[in-house]
Amino acid sequence: MNLDYHPLGDTGIQLVFGTEISEETNQKIRMFAEELSDHPIDGVVEWVPAYTTLTIYYVPNKISYRLLQEKLEAINDQQHGREAASASLVYIIPTYYGDEDSDLSFVAESNGMSEEEVVNVHANKDYLIYMMGFVPGFPYLGGMPEEIATPRRVDPRAEILPGSVGIAGSQTGIYPLESPGGWQIIGRTPVKLYDPSSEEPILLESGHYLRFVSISKEEYTEIDSAIKRGEYVVQTEEKKVG
Amino acid sequence: MSNAIFKVTKPGLLTTIQDCGRVGYQQYGIVVSGAMDSFSMNIANFLVGNPRNEAVIEVTVMGPKLAIMKDVIIAICGGNLSPKVNGEKAPMWKSLEVKEGDTLEFGQPLEGARSYISVAGGFDLPFVMESKSTYLKAGIGGLEGRALEKGDVLYGAREENGKSGRALHRDKVPTYSNEMEIRVVLGPHHRAFSDEAVHTFLSSTYEVTPQSDRMGFRLKGPTLEHTTSADIISEAIPLGGIQVPANGQPIILMADRQTTGGYTRIATVISGDIPYLAQAMPGCKIHFREVSVEESQDIYENNDRLIRTLEKVSSLR
Repeated sequence: MNLDYHPLGDTGIQLVFGTEISEETNQKIRMFAEELSDHPIDGVVEWVPAYTTLTIYYVPNKISYRLLQEKLEAINDQQHGREAASASLVYIIPTYYGDEDSDLSFVAESNGMSEEEVVNVHANKDYLIYMMGFVPGFPYLGGMPEEIATPRRVDPRAEILPGSVGIAGSQTGIYPLESPGGWQIIGRTPVKLYDPSSEEPILLESGHYLRFVSISKEEYTEIDSAIKRGEYVVQTEEKKVG
Repeated sequence: MSNAIFKVTKPGLLTTIQDCGRVGYQQYGIVVSGAMDSFSMNIANFLVGNPRNEAVIEVTVMGPKLAIMKDVIIAICGGNLSPKVNGEKAPMWKSLEVKEGDTLEFGQPLEGARSYISVAGGFDLPFVMESKSTYLKAGIGGLEGRALEKGDVLYGAREENGKSGRALHRDKVPTYSNEMEIRVVLGPHHRAFSDEAVHTFLSSTYEVTPQSDRMGFRLKGPTLEHTTSADIISEAIPLGGIQVPANGQPIILMADRQTTGGYTRIATVISGDIPYLAQAMPGCKIHFREVSVEESQDIYENNDRLIRTLEKVSSLR
């Protein structure tokens, strides 16, 4: 496929893979980024995958724009018909739905469903992590069923706890750190998406998937204390194709 | 023996620890941060014999008052915010020795907006994702993830015997005026604007508004009309990116910008002009001039050569 290349000043280049948000485009971007990490190009500093673009930052005293573009074009030619080197992962996110002050009942009511039905729709399905951004460790997830879409809160909360799982319009997401916000909070996970003091400060990576699994309040407490003891490992499985 | 260097007696408007920022974590949503004026940070470090990206104190407009707790070599570079040692004007762009019991303070902002204080041996602060830069919104880096406050004590990382009296050659000292020409490479979304809007952007004067901070500089000037929507599918946003929301008023993205954004960007400021731009005070007038990618990379080469030469000289002692 032909990509569009755009300079971002003297130290950036943007690769455009398409004009529509789709899983297919996102997987192409993931494969391209994988190639950059497997076969580093001298002068490339870092890259940021997004919905339809891959942005690469580089130092021009190591490689010029033209030369970098040529190398990227060559990579793109090789990508043709290639399978991803590694399978996508599914991160399993244990979630306790419907805490006392959650908006689960509101989400259920405004969609004419029971709370249980909302949980069944939201959990046990794989959401693609299209990109990371907004705040450290925040995943932009795609694929939430429209039947549980709910507008943001009329009165945003001044404080949303880390790990809160929410819905805003037809988007779903997890708050990695405490912040104010207007999302409808339907549950909470004890899993840490962002831990600045950790060796790997960010749990998730774009191009992979995430699955919420409903847990009880007791399980929440158990996992939470296992995390605090440093004894909990977030489960992942390989994404089944098709 | 304690290695306390400074005690903050007045914090100033916004005084933070910064280095070159968090490089390599943008794909996880981690904001880069770092010194707004990296040139001044680099020079301040060279003058005291530090590596170029050692963490320094970034002082904003109204500077702090610091009690000196041990004899140490420091340098102050960047905007002239009237630095004084014991009430006497202190030299800038030149290393100097301050003694235990001295007071370093700042007065009126005379030129530029941000000053950088380096100390020989650097500050003893933890690395968060390989950087000591303060990022206030996430509360990470620097001293407990926040701006300096009254009573804070900063400790030296290493015993260093920097030399006083080392100065940047006068010809190389930048001057900051209240009217700047800032060079840009057009795109990536200049096609979302009419030719007329692109012409307006490159030929008009834009003014830095008071709604400008480490995240971005909001400008005021002739409205830039879109031919398509002002919104795009979110994508990575670079340092110096000039985004134009639906109101047609440009915003230049600076050190604390988010990693991604959803507004059209008409152009990107070249990296070599960011240090000047970082010194713009509200009211500063900006003219944008287009350069090609090739030109922008020649400018990068020249700047980089200067920095590397100074680095070499500085490591010779």
